[in-house]
Amino acid sequence: MPGKHKPTLAVWKFASCDGCQLSLLDCEDELLAVAGAVTIAHFLEASSAVLPGPYDLSLVEGSITTPHDAERIQAIRKNSRFLVAIGACATAGGIQALRNFADVEAFTRVVYARPEYIQTLQHSSAISEHVKVDFELRGCPVNKAQLLEVISAFLHKRKPNIPPHSVCLECKARGTVCVMVAQGIPCLGPVTQAGCGAICPAYQRGCYGCFGPQENPNTVALSAWWTHLGVDETAQQQAFRTYNAGAQAFSKEAARHG
Amino acid sequence: MDDSAKPRHTRTIRVGNLARVEGEGALYVRVKGNRVEEVRLDIFEPPRFFEAFLRGRNFAEVPDITARICGICPVAYQMSSCQALEAALGLEVGGQLKALRRLLYCGEWIESHTLHIYFLHLPDFLGYPDAVRLAQDQPERVKRALQLKKTGNELMTLLGGREIHPINVKVGGFYRVPRKAELLAVRDKLEQAREIALETVRFVAGLNFPDLKPDYTFVSLREEGAYPILQGRIVSNRGLDIPVSAFEQHFQEEHVPHSNALHATLSGQPYLVGPLARYNLNYDLLPAPLQSLAKEVGLGPVCRNPFQSIVVRAIETLYACEEALRLMGEYEEPDAPSLPVVPKAATGAGCSEAPRGILYHRYQMDEQGLITEAKIVPPTSQNQKMIEEDLRQFVAAHLELPKPELTMRCEQTIRNYDPCISCATHFLRLEMEHET
Repeated sequence: MPGKHKPTLAVWKFASCDGCQLSLLDCEDELLAVAGAVTIAHFLEASSAVLPGPYDLSLVEGSITTPHDAERIQAIRKNSRFLVAIGACATAGGIQALRNFADVEAFTRVVYARPEYIQTLQHSSAISEHVKVDFELRGCPVNKAQLLEVISAFLHKRKPNIPPHSVCLECKARGTVCVMVAQGIPCLGPVTQAGCGAICPAYQRGCYGCFGPQENPNTVALSAWWTHLGVDETAQQQAFRTYNAGAQAFSKEAARHG
Repeated sequence: MDDSAKPRHTRTIRVGNLARVEGEGALYVRVKGNRVEEVRLDIFEPPRFFEAFLRGRNFAEVPDITARICGICPVAYQMSSCQALEAALGLEVGGQLKALRRLLYCGEWIESHTLHIYFLHLPDFLGYPDAVRLAQDQPERVKRALQLKKTGNELMTLLGGREIHPINVKVGGFYRVPRKAELLAVRDKLEQAREIALETVRFVAGLNFPDLKPDYTFVSLREEGAYPILQGRIVSNRGLDIPVSAFEQHFQEEHVPHSNALHATLSGQPYLVGPLARYNLNYDLLPAPLQSLAKEVGLGPVCRNPFQSIVVRAIETLYACEEALRLMGEYEEPDAPSLPVVPKAATGAGCSEAPRGILYHRYQMDEQGLITEAKIVPPTSQNQKMIEEDLRQFVAAHLELPKPELTMRCEQTIRNYDPCISCATHFLRLEMEHET
């Protein structure tokens, strides 16, 4: 479109598995349309062509775990009009945030094969702990339809339509009989944000919290149910300490157990 | 500046951020006169310490947690970890449950290989920065590639619940197994995928390949009666033939300064894992029509040119489509989705063929099923030393190339391996002092 500015999209990676940015490449039906609507200016996993900033929309995957990355995210923020954190690593520190709960004293006594080669921070932290984030898209991994919705919303300068309610509503919408009520399977669905499509209960297992806490979760009530189902304290603590261990509601609940 | 005019001087090739690889790495080559003095594939992606924080977790969580090491090959992590834990518990998952695992894995091979062939590797051969720009000139080719990739993802979604970090795999089997009709629903798509995969083989075989034929030590699994995907013995072209449980007696890992991944060696020597190794060690196990096709497109039973790994990946993609169709056709719903699992104090090892090569896991657990030790050796850390060797050979043989082209070829040499830096980097072993 000559004369019309095509918005620029940048994708950045920090400590992560690459899965959330892969979600964009997994949008097989929409990928070429997205590439038509934006200029992909920085997306190393997909392209060796890199354009200089500033960028209209930066998608940030991964958590901050090194001093260098703590500086890098500042530069990216300065170079981005909108910055969206995508996935559990970027929004809550990810599974690697389990290091945050190790005894700090014990962690300083950790010995690598050659520790002098490694630089790492004591904590794995969310992007929002370092810079202002315009939106956080949850999930481990993110849902690709939601990812497209977020990109589309920012390109059109509107608020993304990402429901903050629990997985339970998705089970109802899907017609899945509650696995916790009907079969006594411990499930985090009642306190976990929707977005995955309630896959786990549809596959006969309990939700394990990939999308982090829903808005105002009643974790205390849920854990009372889990106790009733015979789940011990250690297992309850670990259930809240997985991919969103750093999310406040989950870390607070985990601290009550174990 | 044309450095080649001054052969006596030092030239350096430096790529600060490698593109079209999974994860973060950099390349550094230093040439003095006509000698390649230093070659480094720097891996600066931060470590995530999986082996440390798995300690104390319940064994049943391991397949889901280790999947998070890699968004591109989560099934590989789930399969190697399940098999390691099942070996520890003395469980053998066979019959249709095993067939379903192989089927799920076929989905991952199709998805991951297609991603690499068309999106990460092909742009090098055709001189494009990425597949999106390739699509502007060859839209049909890229659309067909996307269709092939999507079919792999659909297979993973059907069996695993979703394509990235599937939720349906557990120690002992699955949470839920599909009905035959559900499988047959994707059959037509797989048949179309097979056609696209066949086109892909013929197309990529016609690319121009730089000449490089190192005398590799190939290492792969050797599965009984079938091209290796899920399990088997570990073999090499130098006479190695060992059970998975003997892996650590033959393979060592070392920590080098420029890398956040551990380098693996076989009896002190670098070796190669991945499609090229699998193909060379298991050509006889490919179905006869695939062997003929390989011959027809100019690939014999032995292929040592790493640039031709793109052809081998295409053949493996076609194999995965055909194998998936076969497994679907023979599928009968098992009585139970998984075997009963009772934890006990034990140790076990497992290994499977991730798209990029063998992925080894070993776990030790206590009588309650809590993990006391974990060891994971991903394919890219096994290949890292070999990648550096390839670079050294390639640069030494092509010192006359202008720097931009030599740099591009070096990047391509790295991409031959489809390196997954996210995988490779997360395994720095930490020795934790005993916590009470």
